[in-house]
Formats: sequence, structure tokens, C-alpha cells
Amino acid sequence: MSDLSKTPSFLDYAPAPESTSILHLKKSYGLFIDGEFVKGHGAPFLTISPSSEQKIAEIANANSRDVDVAVAAARKAYDRTWSRMSGADRGKYLFRIARLVQERARELAVAESLDNGKPIKESRDVDVPLVAAWFFYYAGWADKLDYAGLGPNPKALGVAAQVIPWNFPLLMLAWKVAPALAAGNTVVIKPAETTSLSAMIFAEILQQADLPAGVVNIITGAGDTGEALVNHPDVNKVAFTGSTAVGRAIAKSTAGSGKKLTLELGGKAANIVFDDAPIDQAIEGIVNGIFFNQGHVCCAGSRLLVQENVHDEVVDRLKSRLGTLRLGDPLDKNTDIGAINSREQLDRVRELSDIGEAEGAVRWSAPCVIPDKGFWFAPTIFTNVSTSSRIARDEIFGPVLAVLTFRTPGEAIAKANNTPYGLSAGIWSDKGSKILAVADKLRAGVIWANTFNRFDPASPFGGYKESGFGREGGRHGLAAYLESAGWGSGK
Amino acid sequence: MNALPGINVVTSGRAIVSTALAPAERALGVLGGDLTERSLRLHLEGLPGVDAVGLEERAAALGTRSIKTTSKAWALNTIIRLIDLTTLEGADTPGKVSSLVAKALTPDPNDASVPRVAAVCVYGDMVPAAVTALGAAHGDPDAGLVSVAAVATAFPSGRASLRVKLADTEDAVAAGADEIDMVIDRGAFLAGNYGLVFDQIVAVKDSCRRADGTFAHLKVILETGELNTYDNVRKASWLSILAGGDFIKTSTGKVTPAATLPVTLLMLEVVRDWYRLTGERIGVKPAGGIRTSKDAIKYLVTVAETVGEHWLQPHLFRFGASSLLNDVLLQRQKLTTGRYSGPDYVTVD
Repeated sequence: MSDLSKTPSFLDYAPAPESTSILHLKKSYGLFIDGEFVKGHGAPFLTISPSSEQKIAEIANANSRDVDVAVAAARKAYDRTWSRMSGADRGKYLFRIARLVQERARELAVAESLDNGKPIKESRDVDVPLVAAWFFYYAGWADKLDYAGLGPNPKALGVAAQVIPWNFPLLMLAWKVAPALAAGNTVVIKPAETTSLSAMIFAEILQQADLPAGVVNIITGAGDTGEALVNHPDVNKVAFTGSTAVGRAIAKSTAGSGKKLTLELGGKAANIVFDDAPIDQAIEGIVNGIFFNQGHVCCAGSRLLVQENVHDEVVDRLKSRLGTLRLGDPLDKNTDIGAINSREQLDRVRELSDIGEAEGAVRWSAPCVIPDKGFWFAPTIFTNVSTSSRIARDEIFGPVLAVLTFRTPGEAIAKANNTPYGLSAGIWSDKGSKILAVADKLRAGVIWANTFNRFDPASPFGGYKESGFGREGGRHGLAAYLESAGWGSGK
Repeated sequence: MNALPGINVVTSGRAIVSTALAPAERALGVLGGDLTERSLRLHLEGLPGVDAVGLEERAAALGTRSIKTTSKAWALNTIIRLIDLTTLEGADTPGKVSSLVAKALTPDPNDASVPRVAAVCVYGDMVPAAVTALGAAHGDPDAGLVSVAAVATAFPSGRASLRVKLADTEDAVAAGADEIDMVIDRGAFLAGNYGLVFDQIVAVKDSCRRADGTFAHLKVILETGELNTYDNVRKASWLSILAGGDFIKTSTGKVTPAATLPVTLLMLEVVRDWYRLTGERIGVKPAGGIRTSKDAIKYLVTVAETVGEHWLQPHLFRFGASSLLNDVLLQRQKLTTGRYSGPDYVTVD
């Protein structure tokens, strides 16, 4: 709205930065193996803040020797301690971790925003509370595995190798670690190279919780570290969240190894807005769907499918709304859009956006001041996008929305499903019967109705097609870390 | 009685539903020449729905804005400038009203930099007392003066004949009220008699006409706590604007819940949509239940981020409140002196 652009003063809210004084960071972090921080044998690397490009800390790099040590520690902890412990006792540790996460919530949120670039309001109100919720939820399952629907006395798999992405560093760790431990497995986990910081604070929490040594081992490093980990012969389970290309490589390399595998990969979700949608809430849902966490969300609603008769109105309202988004310092409590996580990712977002423009789509970016330092990309929407355009097909993983139109529910369904991915989808309509009928025909693991990007530990999450297989969260998430009596070798 | 062509006259409790509604300029502009009960109904029922969960989430998100230092100082002064300082009790007396007026003119006797409130809001029979007490300070709040707002139309229930409602309004205007806070007939609205509600607003608006042809400002109270659903609030907001209201106001303050942030956000969205459609700016007044600076700042944020900062002036946004002012004064003292005082450092009125 024009009033918003011309007014100075009040809407330029005075800075309200969250203090970093709560953080007590070390200058360098080792690998967390067998309950201790130890040196890595690869060349250490720096982790920087993507909003300022300032160095935060030095992070150890695990080579294959370190991976061997970590897997051996997890094996020992599995054989001697964790697999022999009662479910109730495992639950006690998980409850303790959940409470410690809550106690140190502000510290974790600040670390996450500093290292990842996401706005503090998201790390504070979404990421960290969900981390605690995940541990609380799976803590409750630890002594009730008989009721997980897998038959009596389901067995843990053993050592789980887990590789997680940079978009929700601590939350993805929780999604992986909580169900694995509840089910009785031990873990070697590798955070993403650019976002290891919150995992290091989490390691301190594990020490505080007195978790038996070796039950969770956290090794840092880049792609080769992850490759060594998932290919390690003494690993029973591999869980990966990240890009489809890497997921495909992991599927190949683990094939025939007997390792159980779950993959949570990319997405290109359709967010379908019908002409009978609650319009103001739909606009909020579109914004939340694609600009939450700068669009670094595998289930982001990156394809807006809007019914043609309301297209102009929706786009118009959307632009007005985007004009009120505040891009800037991730630690400011009023920031809506933070920094892009890395230069590499920024380059990719720029490249795909340029391709979009070259292919004839009309580009519009919110008028916001881009800071001098750091990696930033203004919230952007593309209209006049055709279904064959690359920005309508490739996962951009950034704050870029492709707007397409449809005329009938049938066409909406066909276009929504016309993607190699199938992680999530959204439907906006005030008509319940329409929502149910459309949801029934969408090939996506998660379908939101009149909302978007809502997560709950009790709800299974995962994809169809190239978005991966296996489910995380809920009872289904346990099945990924258990062998039922009727399955497998029963070793 | 002051019957206008096309106005429904309520006789013995039963509404005579007209087919042609009272002429209202705005409604004619938007609905076209065919202004009937049916066209009004079709318009209201064609409005997009409101998703309650989404609306409340958005309001909660706006409530998390962190307003500090210079922004907070500006916000506190702005809140004061937007307050309709209110007393609506059976026990109101001229003495009580003149003490309220004194507070309106000099909110903090120790600090001359505190702005005046926008208006005092009283029952119709207290208007002369308010006008007398204000003296030369009586006038347009946009010019730094203080208005007199009177509740009318059988406030708060609105359960009276149209004749009584119009007389109530005319008396208040004749006594010098600058603003009339009317209530809609919620019973008629809930029964689906949109035309009746519409006609009454048009009639009251007409009764706001002064001898010189100007109009007292009309605030239309929806009493959202009785309308109950957000869809109803959106319909009633449109209805009130179409019928000629200058302001839409949430509540009488006599029904719980009174103003809430989601309801106010929704009404602001209607006002924004009206502006997009016609270029005309309608005011919004949340009333009742806003007691702390912290809450009031959430409303300012909601206004600024929904319709724009431009709306934060007395002829477009008001707080209907009585105890809010003292909390703002305490916060203001804290900001100037760096320490909190206590309730004895602000005056009771």
C-alpha cells in the first residue's frame, strides 16, 4: 500500500537486537566423540555468520579415521549400555535433554540465528521450541515401543549414521536423534558444514544431561566426512536430509549393504489458492509458505497455484504485504527475513532467478535495503511463469516464489502433481469438501489446509517420489529406527 | 418523528422489511443503483471468509514486534493522542465529567510535554457538562483540541425504537457532541435483517446533521462480542461503512469480550479493502479491555502494518479506554526518568 512506502518514523522500528552476551562460545570446537570433545584429524574450518561474514569459531574436521573412532564409540555404547537399558531409563535421559534445551533456549536461539542467518523470532519461536517438543515427544515413546504398531518387543537397529542440512540445524538434529535414541539406537551425526555451532552447544547439553558416553557422537566436516560416515561398514542405519542429488548417491552406495535407509530430500510444493479462499489468511499463508526461513525449507510452498479469476487480486495483495517484510539483522527481534545461509546458496538463488527472467517470467522484488555485508536476497515473486519454466520445476531453496494459474480443481491437481518431487502441498479454500477432495488426489507427503509450514512431533513428515522415502515424526518416525519381530534377520 | 423515505420504522417490536433501502451514497456507489435488501445481502454474503486460526496467528505475530527506545517514546505519545477518555457509568455526574475533562486536558500535571487525548466519551446527557468543562479547548483533536463524543441510540443494548434512537442522537448533537458512538441492532443483524441495520445507521447518520449542515462524526459500534464470529464482524464492518459510518468501533465495553487484537486486525483489513476500492479512509476504534501500554502498542503496530502509519491520527484511529491512560503515563515517566514510579504518581480521575 502506498502509505507504507512513503512513511518514515514509526515503521522504521528502532533496533531491538537480542543480546549475544548469553553465548559463551569457544574459539574452536572439537569433535564430540565418546562423551568428550576431541581434536579432528582433518584441516579445521571456520564457521561464519552469513549476515556479517564475520568469523564465529573454528570447527574441527573429521577425516575417515575420526569417523572410525566415532562409529566404534557408538557401537560400544550400543552393545554395553544403551541396548541394555530399559526404555523407561532411556526416556529419562531424553526428558532431561528436552528440559535442558528449554533451559538454554535463548542461548540456542541466538547461536542458531548467528550461525545460520535465520531471524531470531523464528529460532526463538519455532526452531528451539520444536526441538524441545521433539525430545519430549519421543521421550514418552521410549518405554512404549510395544505399542508402536510393529508387533511385540521391536528391536533397535544398532548404530545410526545421520547427516543433516543447514536450514534448520538444531531442529533437524532433534528430528534425527530423538527417535533414534528412544528406539534404542546409538548415533553418529554430522551437521552441515556451514551450521555446526548449535550442535556443539547441544553436545554440551548432552554432557550436562550425563548421557552415557558414545550414545550420541557429533562429528563435523564437509561432504567427504558425511560420505565416510554413511559408507562405514559398521553402521546399521542411514538417515539423510538434504539435496536429492546427494540422496541419490547415498541410495546407490548403501544399496545391498543391509543398511536401513531413510531420505528426506528436496521439494517444489504447490500452494493452491482457490477463489473461495479466506483471502487475507491465504496471503499470510503464501508469505509464510515461501518466505519463512528465507525459503530455505524443503517443504516450502515455492509454486503458487492461484485460480485465474483471482490471480491479479492475489498478486496485488501479496506485493502490498511483502512491502511490510523487514529484511536485516537476524538478531533483531523485528526482522522477518534474515540472511541467505552461504555465498554458494546465494549464487544458486541468483542464478535460478536470472534464468527465470531470461525465460520470460516477470520478476518483482520487495523494495528493501540490502545490507552491505553478508548474503542477502530480497523476497521475490515471479509472475507469468509457465509450467515448463525452470523456476517452476527446480528447487530454488530461497525466497523466490513462482506464480502459476489454474482454472478448475482438476487442473490445479494436475499441475500440483506435475513435479518430480512430492514433499508437501497447501490448499486454501473455505469449502471443506473441496479441500478433502483435492487433498485426496495430491501426491505429497504433507498437505496443509488453510495453513502452511506447521510442524508437530506427533505428525509424520516425508515425501513421495524424488522427495525421498521413510517418515520422520510420530509413530511412523519410530519405525525408521526399529526392526519389528517379523522383519529382517532378528540378529 | 424524523422519518426519512425508505427507512424502516420499528413498530411494536417487529421490523417491516423494506425492499428499497434508504439512500446511502457509498452503498449506491458500490452496489449500484439497485440498492435493495437483496443486493445488500448478496454483497455481504459474497465477501471472502475469514479463517479464524490464520487471523489469530497473524494478530499474535504482530503482537511480537519489539518496540524500543525512540519508537516506544513516539508510540506512547501517539497512544495518548488517540485516546477517547471514557466514562460510561450510571453513577456519572457533572463533577465526575469535569474531572475527566481536566485529565483529558492535562494528563500528567508534572509534565507539560504530555499531549492531550483526542476526546472525552460520555453518555448523551453528560455532553453539556463536558462541553462546559472543556471551554475553549473544545474542538478538533487533529488541531490539538479535545472533542466530545457521546454514546447514543440506546447504548449499550440498542434495544429501543428507532424514534428513541434518533432522538437520543439529535439531543447529543444539539448539546454539542462532535462525535456520536452508536450501536447497531445486533438482534436484527443476527436474524439476518441486514436492511434494517443498514437503514438505522443511515437514519442515525442523518440525525448527526447539525443546523449548519455539517455532520457530527459517526462511530458505529458493532459489539463484536455479541456478533461472535469473525465472518459476522467482517459483514457488519462492510455494512456499517456502506451505510455511512465514519468509524467502525469494536465494542461498547459492556460486553465480554470487548476489543481483541484479531477483531481489530480484521476490521482494519476491511478498512484497507475499502480504501483500495474507493480511496476513502474510514476510522477504526477498538474499545474496552485495552488497559496496558504494551497492549496498546500492539494495536499501533497492527494499524501501521495493515493500513499504514498514516492511519495513526485522531480522525482515523482511536482507543476507547479509561484505565489505559494512566498506564501509558507510568511508562512515559519510566522512559524519561529511567525508573518506575507507582499508581500514586498518576492522578485518579
